[in-house]
Formats: sequence, C-alpha cells, structure tokens
Amino acid sequence: MESSEKTDVVLLACGSFNPITNMHLRLFELAKDYMNGTGKYRVIKGIISPVGDAYKKKGLISAHHRVIMAELATKNSEWVEVDTWESLQKDWVETAKVLSTQNIYSVKLLLNASCVAGTLRHFLSTSHHQEKLGARVCDHQQDSPGLERPGRKRKWTEQSQEFNQKKFPEPKTKDGPKIKLLCGADILESFGVPNLWKSEDITKIVGDYGLICVTRAGNDAQKFIYESDVLWKHQNNIHLVNEWITNDISSTKIRRALRRGQSIRYLVPDLVREYIEKHNLYNSETEERNVGVILAPLQRNTANANS
Amino acid sequence: MVATAVGVDVPDEMKSRIPVVLLACGSFNPITNMHLRLFEVARDHLHQTGMYQVIGGIISPVNDNYKKKDLVAARHRVAMVQLALQTSDWIRVDPWESEQPQWIETVKVLRHHHRELLRSLPQTEGRNQGKAVSRVPAAVPELKLLCGADILKTFQTPGLWKDEHIQEIVEKFGLVCVGRAGYDSKGYISGSAILQRYQHNIHLAREPVQNEISATYIRRALSQGHSVKYLLPDAVITYIKDHNLYTRFNNDFTSEESSIPERENFFWEELLSTAQE
Repeated sequence: MESSEKTDVVLLACGSFNPITNMHLRLFELAKDYMNGTGKYRVIKGIISPVGDAYKKKGLISAHHRVIMAELATKNSEWVEVDTWESLQKDWVETAKVLSTQNIYSVKLLLNASCVAGTLRHFLSTSHHQEKLGARVCDHQQDSPGLERPGRKRKWTEQSQEFNQKKFPEPKTKDGPKIKLLCGADILESFGVPNLWKSEDITKIVGDYGLICVTRAGNDAQKFIYESDVLWKHQNNIHLVNEWITNDISSTKIRRALRRGQSIRYLVPDLVREYIEKHNLYNSETEERNVGVILAPLQRNTANANS
Repeated sequence: MVATAVGVDVPDEMKSRIPVVLLACGSFNPITNMHLRLFEVARDHLHQTGMYQVIGGIISPVNDNYKKKDLVAARHRVAMVQLALQTSDWIRVDPWESEQPQWIETVKVLRHHHRELLRSLPQTEGRNQGKAVSRVPAAVPELKLLCGADILKTFQTPGLWKDEHIQEIVEKFGLVCVGRAGYDSKGYISGSAILQRYQHNIHLAREPVQNEISATYIRRALSQGHSVKYLLPDAVITYIKDHNLYTRFNNDFTSEESSIPERENFFWEELLSTAQE
C-alpha cells in the first residue's frame, strides 16, 4: 500500500511513571508494531506525558525526577519522547485535556497530540492495583505562563503560541496525524470506576481520538467494551493489542523492591536505575506521600457530582 | 573486562558468610533480560538468608552440538552474552562449555567450574595476606546451579537425567531455582526422594515481578520484523541486526523436541516456555 494512503498516528501515554519501567516502554513498541501491521496506519511518534504532582497519588515523587527518568529511559529511542507540559501544570489536568493540548502544540507535525497525552496518562496511571486511580480528561488548556517548558522541546513553545488560543482544537483532520491514547487494559477497565472519569471525557477520548489498549491475551477487554455503551459505540476507534508474554513490571513493584533493597536491574533501563540510586528516590518515606489524600480526579469529579 | 568470581570487594557484614558462585547453563539463543533477572533474584534471595554471599555469576552457553533447532553458532551466543553483561559487575560469560568438541552434561560443566574456582583460591588468600588478623580466612566458595524452578519437574521425567547426576548436583553443588508465584516447587521436592534428602541444598527464590521473556518469543518476533526493544539489552539487539541473526523462525511446533539429545537437555528456555500459562 502506498504510504500516502496511511494515516499518521501519534501515540500518547499518560501516567505517573513513578518510575518508568521497561513495561511502559514495551507498550509503545507493541502498539507501534500492531498499528503499522494493519497497513492502515503509520506510527510516527510516541509521547510520554508524566502526570503533575497535583495528582496526589500515594507515593508519587516529584515530577521533576519522574520527567528526568522518562527522558533517560527514552534517550535511546528514535521515536518516543517525553513531554513535560502536563507535569508542569499546577493543578491536575484531565487526560482528555492533555490530549487536546498535545494536539495543539504538536500540530505542525501531529495535530492532535496534547489532549491525547492527557488522556493516555490518565489511563496509564490507573492501570496498577495500588495505582488504581488516575483518570484525567482533556479540559481546555488555557494559555498560561506555566506553559513554557524549560529545557527540551523548544519548538513546543513556538507552536503553542500559534495554537493555544484555541481550546480543544478539532481532533484531527483526515490528512494530519492522529493522536491516540496508549494504555494497558487496566486503564480501559478504570473507565468503570465511579468518579474517576467524566463520562463526557471518555466519550471524547474514544470518539475524537482513539484508544490503543495493550492487553494480555485472554484478557476481558473485549467483554468490557461490549458491556459499555459508549465504548461499544466507538469500538472501531479502540485497538486491542495482544501481549503474549507476561510483563508485569509495575511501578508499584519496582518501588517495593527498592524499599526492600532488592535488585531492579533489567526491569528498568540502566540509566533510570542509576538515577534512582544516585538520588535515593524511593524509600518508605516517599511511599507515605499523599497517604490519606484523595486522588485529584476523585476530588474534582466527586465535587462536581455533588454540586 | 568482567569481574572475576573471586576478588570482589566484600562488605563487613558479609565476611562470615559462605561465598557462592552461581552458574547458569542454557542455550542463550539469544540471552534476554529474563535470564539476567534470574541472577539478580537469586542473589537477593541468597543474601536474604543471611548465610551466603554471592561473589560471582557465570553464564555458560551450550555447545553447538546440542543440535537444537534454530540454535545460532556459539560464537554469536557467547558474544551476545558478553555484550549483555557489559554493565554487570558480577556476572561473566564463560565459553568453555561451548568450546568443547561435543555437547557435555551439566554436571560436567559444574565440575569444571568448581575445579577452576578451587584453583583460583590461593589468589584470594594471597590478597588477604598482611590484612588484619581478625579477618576470616577465605572460605572455599560453593558453586551452585542457577535455573528456573521448572527444572525440578524435569528431574522426574524418566530418561531425561541420570539419577547419579541429579544426586551429584544437589549433594555436591546445590541448586538455586527461581520460580513464579504459585509454582509448586515444594511439591516437586517432596515428590522425589533424592531432592527431599538434599533439600537443604535447594534454594527456592521467587521472582517478585512476573516477566516471562522467552528466547523463543524473541526469535519469533525478530523473524516477523517486530520490535524486541526493552526485552533484551540494546547492545544485543544491535549485534543481532548487524549479524543478521534470527531472520527466519521455524514455526513447526511438532518438531520442537525431535532434535534434542536424549537426556537432561531441558534448559531454562524450554523450561520456562513450556511452563508458561
């Protein structure tokens, strides 16, 4: 097939990345192979968008470190990079909003990326038992001084100036790249957790952007989609990618191993491991952060529901 | 280039412990992050016991005459392991087994490396000369076979192992078996008189993070042009590409075992891939 007939796709993964592991990185590789293998898409870029500190998840260390680790982890990747916008926001940003923001600043290349980023993050962050709650939706990204990102990706600033006037840019035109949220099956299932996601955000994510969900073979993702009206309606926009081997390297398990003085070698990239050790990032103290604090999305969505 | 088994700096709390060297045999066709994890998990486990101090690890890729389907030349497999171990300060590759004129049994590989260890001992003592008298004299290191827990199951497969070899492995050397949560290693031990008798010499470690990267999976993905990044070290992937290895994958499952020599030839890869659920 002519490559010109293919749709360019940008994969956005949102989550805590506390810390990033080889499993997160594998999601990108699997999704890319799958999408390219359909013959209809061409994955041109992957974006990792670590959540901001205001997310308030238990054990969440500062975004500064999480971003650096993600950057170290993707140093040897030719197509996956880290976007710091979400991590720099003072307030927690819904995933749908991150998707749209990504859309804005990636526009030149990829029209739809930012909101997708937010969405992905939300999905990803909900994927582990302990890390269960992390919905986010793309709200409008107001242009604020906070948008300027230090370091990496200068081009973002320039682009955002052109685009940040618009809130919620229209998702993708036919010609431009499409941004899709990349996640594990747990995030898909987190759509069912009350108050974690706004239903309009779910609709926006699967309707306007699209979801690529990497799932263990034999997983119930299919059934979950069938049982949800909105997911079922947009099932053509949800790609389920089979993972044939167990790859259960959750950040929770990494932090636990670190607290116990066990090796995390070969579970996270070496540069990440060295950074963690150098800065002694995870211990029983850091694990107590945000204990008893309600996760930002639950706080916000519950308040909205009650008002 | 790689740290030798003896001669690693030893923290004080470890001084009175029994030094251990871990030996892993297998195809390493190619080596994956999971193989490397077995060493890390085994070392953590042995240290946790308070009795042992792991001073080294050896990876011994199997001889080409093992004749396993899809087995690439030992020089490539050894080179890949070497690349994978560039960043490890305690594990090394040893080509001795792969350089023998024919395939040899695991127990003989153990014997060889044990002899080598003993030979290197005087050096250790020499190093310690002139140091404080309170220092515990260098103990003779134990050599233990590192493997997936599934090996215990194969011990019971008739004709696969010689009984006297099983006995020698668990009596003279010792086993460190890394298993998955829920795997009934203890059941296999209690089901065997030999294993039961030497169970003090069989250490069961548990991989806390499930991560089943079989080399078979890697070869299949490579032959399909799929990414294997983050499943094995980047340096190994580059080597595979540069040498055009694993471009074809024989997908004929029925012949999978036909070329395997008669006994004892179930190494990690087979063990782990057959036991996956």
